[in-house]
Amino acid sequence: MTGTFNYEKDSDNIVTVTMDMSGPVNAMNDEYVALMGETIDRLEAERESIAGVVLTSAKSSFFAGGDIKSMLSLKPGEGEAEMFEMNLKIKGMLRRMEKLGRPVVAAINGAALGGGYEICLACHHRVALDSKAVQVGLPEVSLGLLPGGGGIVRMVNKFGVERAIMPLLEGTRFNAKKALEAGLVEELADDVPSMISKAKAWIKANPEAMNPWDVKGFKIPGGNAKNPKITQMLQGANPMLFQKTRGLVPAPVKILDVIADALRVDFDTAMEIEARVFVGLVTTPVAKNLMSFFLQMNQVNGGGSRPAGIEKTAVQKVGILGAGMMGQGIAYVSAMAGIEVILKDISQDAADKGKAYSDTLLTKRVARGRMTEEKKASVLGLITPTDNADLLEGCDLIIEAVFENVDLKHKITEELQGKLAENGVWGSNTSTLPITLLAEPAKRPENFIGIHFFSPVDKMPLVEIITGEQTSDETLARAFDYAQQIRKTPIVVNDSRGFFTSRVFATYIEEGAQLIEEGVDPVLIENLGRAVGMPVGPLAVQDEVSQQLAVKVSETNRELDERLGDKFAGETASYRIASKMLNEYGRGGRAHGGGYYDYPEGGEKQLWSELYSLYHKPEVDLPVNDIKDRLLFRQIVESLRCYEENVVNQVADANIGSIMGIGFPPHTGGVLQYVNTYGLKAFATRLAELESRYGERFAAPQVLLDKAEKGETFA
Amino acid sequence: MSNSAFIYDAVRTPRAKGKMGSPLSQVKPVDLLAGLLNGLRDRHGLDTALVDDVVMGCVTPVGEQGSCIAKTAVMKAGWDESVAGVQLDRFCASGLEAVNLAAMKIASGWEELVVAGGVESMSRVPMGANGGAWGEDPQTASDTAFVPQGVGADLIATMEGFSREDVDAFAVRSQERAAAAREAGYFDGSVIPVKDGNGMVILQRDDFIKPGTTVESLSKLKPSFEMLGGMGFDDIALSKYPHVARINHVHHAGNSSGIVDGAAAVLIGSEAAGAKLGLKPRGRVVATAVTGTEPTIMLTGPGPATFKVLEKAGMTIDQIDLFEINEAFASVAMRFQKDTQAPWEKINVNGGAIAMGHPLGATGAMLISTVLDELERRQQRFGLVTLCVGGGMGIATIVERV
Repeated sequence: MTGTFNYEKDSDNIVTVTMDMSGPVNAMNDEYVALMGETIDRLEAERESIAGVVLTSAKSSFFAGGDIKSMLSLKPGEGEAEMFEMNLKIKGMLRRMEKLGRPVVAAINGAALGGGYEICLACHHRVALDSKAVQVGLPEVSLGLLPGGGGIVRMVNKFGVERAIMPLLEGTRFNAKKALEAGLVEELADDVPSMISKAKAWIKANPEAMNPWDVKGFKIPGGNAKNPKITQMLQGANPMLFQKTRGLVPAPVKILDVIADALRVDFDTAMEIEARVFVGLVTTPVAKNLMSFFLQMNQVNGGGSRPAGIEKTAVQKVGILGAGMMGQGIAYVSAMAGIEVILKDISQDAADKGKAYSDTLLTKRVARGRMTEEKKASVLGLITPTDNADLLEGCDLIIEAVFENVDLKHKITEELQGKLAENGVWGSNTSTLPITLLAEPAKRPENFIGIHFFSPVDKMPLVEIITGEQTSDETLARAFDYAQQIRKTPIVVNDSRGFFTSRVFATYIEEGAQLIEEGVDPVLIENLGRAVGMPVGPLAVQDEVSQQLAVKVSETNRELDERLGDKFAGETASYRIASKMLNEYGRGGRAHGGGYYDYPEGGEKQLWSELYSLYHKPEVDLPVNDIKDRLLFRQIVESLRCYEENVVNQVADANIGSIMGIGFPPHTGGVLQYVNTYGLKAFATRLAELESRYGERFAAPQVLLDKAEKGETFA
Repeated sequence: MSNSAFIYDAVRTPRAKGKMGSPLSQVKPVDLLAGLLNGLRDRHGLDTALVDDVVMGCVTPVGEQGSCIAKTAVMKAGWDESVAGVQLDRFCASGLEAVNLAAMKIASGWEELVVAGGVESMSRVPMGANGGAWGEDPQTASDTAFVPQGVGADLIATMEGFSREDVDAFAVRSQERAAAAREAGYFDGSVIPVKDGNGMVILQRDDFIKPGTTVESLSKLKPSFEMLGGMGFDDIALSKYPHVARINHVHHAGNSSGIVDGAAAVLIGSEAAGAKLGLKPRGRVVATAVTGTEPTIMLTGPGPATFKVLEKAGMTIDQIDLFEINEAFASVAMRFQKDTQAPWEKINVNGGAIAMGHPLGATGAMLISTVLDELERRQQRFGLVTLCVGGGMGIATIVERV
């Protein structure tokens, strides 16, 4: 099917151009260039006989923006010149449109993000449908790019730097009402006919429309680079960005740079600068990583790891066993999704406390104006706290969220599995215990599955679903659907000690502990952990997890090893340090008398001074880059092993899981994607260096060597 | 003098019109300079840690060109952090002053390797954006009889009897010579193309030259300084030159130096530094001079500066093989020729700033590359570079090809 830009002139000589490209959405590609080119040619040719133009879309969205897949394939040094020419061509057409000498109005019937909104900006007026389908904004920064279709230059010229800066740097998506408030659209309409008629009314009222920057004597609102207030603002924006990006993400600084130049040079010069900087960003590793993340998120959320051919299901009634920190969070997110929740604990009191957690969160939402009292009441009404197991009768899903203890979990399974509805799913929330082992007492092991929630459940966007040996595809599909029902992103992994996320997460803490034992300055360890993009240093992470839990998990792992004849646990530096802190100094973690840090009441945390006398060796002077790579690459090596061992089968699951579950730095695109842009061979070489200096744990997994040899990537 | 100041290389960017929309208006001055510095570094595999200082002329050091653009560019270029940088301003002589200062640093033996040059993005930081007491402070302007230099140029023409046709003919010759030199590739060895962050070329060669310029075509241009003169500046000027009846305003955009963007860099060092780098010197700075002349007419300094530098070098005008006089205005170069009686065949043989433009802070250093290239091409020995300078100053430098 070929696409068209449908061209229709009404009796008032207003032309309505309806974009209807061949794909499912209108997008910035060669077809667009051809269709837009023809349209502009015709508009110019017929200029004298037309009164104005309404630009709209035949799709459910207005216009989707750039072609991420084709940008992703562009290699540095290849094709930049073509992309630059293409960019100038696209800009040139929009420039001709805005200088047509006739009013052009965007009638925004659906999402207009990125390139879509850049088209709207080149119009003289914007009328949007007041509908949930409408989203406008310039989210390019989240892909590691910048709005290269004139978005930066027009935002700066339209709004002035003060108002343009946040939407550009944060990539904010605005719904219709917010877009109106922010001035990104000028009018809203209730339905399509009234949108078109408002657009036409504006054309009739503004026959001479020009964009302000094309009017002689135009001045950028708020001033240009000669205004000391503006230069001060730009100077202040840089450190603010650094706080967020630590210099690891190039796009925000480039955006700021183009903003600054748009304040210094004329409109068309700024447009060309924007094009050059855009082209430069496309091939950066970080942009590739972020674009790949975007595509992989779509893959994961689109059910890439969900077994095919099984009908989508929705949970009606969920039973949650254990109203502790995890159980109460699961109850909250389930009720928020409209699911009836039975929150069961040993005592009514404990169950009530679990429900009170939801009350607290909902009350906050109401106070922030994000929820009505009625809605709050109805969500709370869905949660029944109880100590009575009979209320679980008929649950189509039961999630057991008790302590990480095999015997306890077994006992509860035995006792309560009979309450499940016919063919109901039993989920165990665990971060370490093998699902196949936990499923032993299950009458229907094919309906038994691991659902690993992250804490705090209401904030963490990820759910790690673990299939046991006997878990059926149908059960997996249902767990997957439940995760999506509660608006989480599910990744799917196979049963193995520590599964995927916990295994990888532990290596970060462990590498921090090893550095401590080697005598490296704890300040350096923490700062370099943050410098590579981890949200906090490995020592602070250990304190959050708590030394107490760390010791317990190690003990559990040893017990499991005995039970399974396994060798998973091993003696770790983090265990040695944690048990010493706990047993000799009574330091069980942040919430238990401090850990690596002291946590003074009302003050900032400070490294525990004793740490220096116990471990620090001033003569130890490791290269900074080695420490950084150890902290980051240790996690990658573990992920590669998980991939090799089929703990995680999908590259996307590994990448998404690492970023959303354990705070792996987003600019990497995830644990495996980072290796792609680092270069597999280069990564293997670097691992060999680290291995020779620091030990076998950095040995390159065979899967890396094989793929490097074959010239493949992790895809 | 303890050391010889050797010129190991002299490079520049191409020049393009210093106006928004022109190719180089896309390029920040700091990048123009940093790109050139790295072009110089890459030509020689220069270990930048060996460079003591980077001395850069810039006449409008405000905004994007403010806060010591020399050091800023050194940092932006990623040079070794031990490399210092200083920006200086001797009006239009800044680029040559940078070269002279670098030569003195080497000659004194106090430094070993210095990059000298200049930068001016006249599109982004317009001429005059830095203000200054000389023209803007009423008492100072009054006490010093300040007059815009174009009026001074017209006054020179009037006093020397250069007609409109004379100055236009000079401009045409500048265009012809520059166009021929560009065509023949005489500048290619020293011009480092300006590239964007992707390595894509923004400007490859000089872009300002207008081949095909004729006296006829120039005759259509209106005098640029007649109005300013009429506002009273002519009267101020004539109060110093009471024997002149009235100023004949002959200069216009076509016979004055072009407003352009550009940068230049000259690598100057001791013999030892060259040996360390494994570089053969291209030239040697023989002598330098600055002087001052009557500031109201302002632009008559090149002749006296030339005599001064020749005297220092113990040389005569005949010993100089090539002269580069900055074509700030046609009358300036013509007056220089009259003052020195240097033969026209030796002066601005490849055209000048009328054809190629005058990026204020960079021009003096650009002329070093121009004269060295031509001395090499002709296998000649001595070149003399001179410029008229604000405040009535003059500057001159003699270089020897080695």
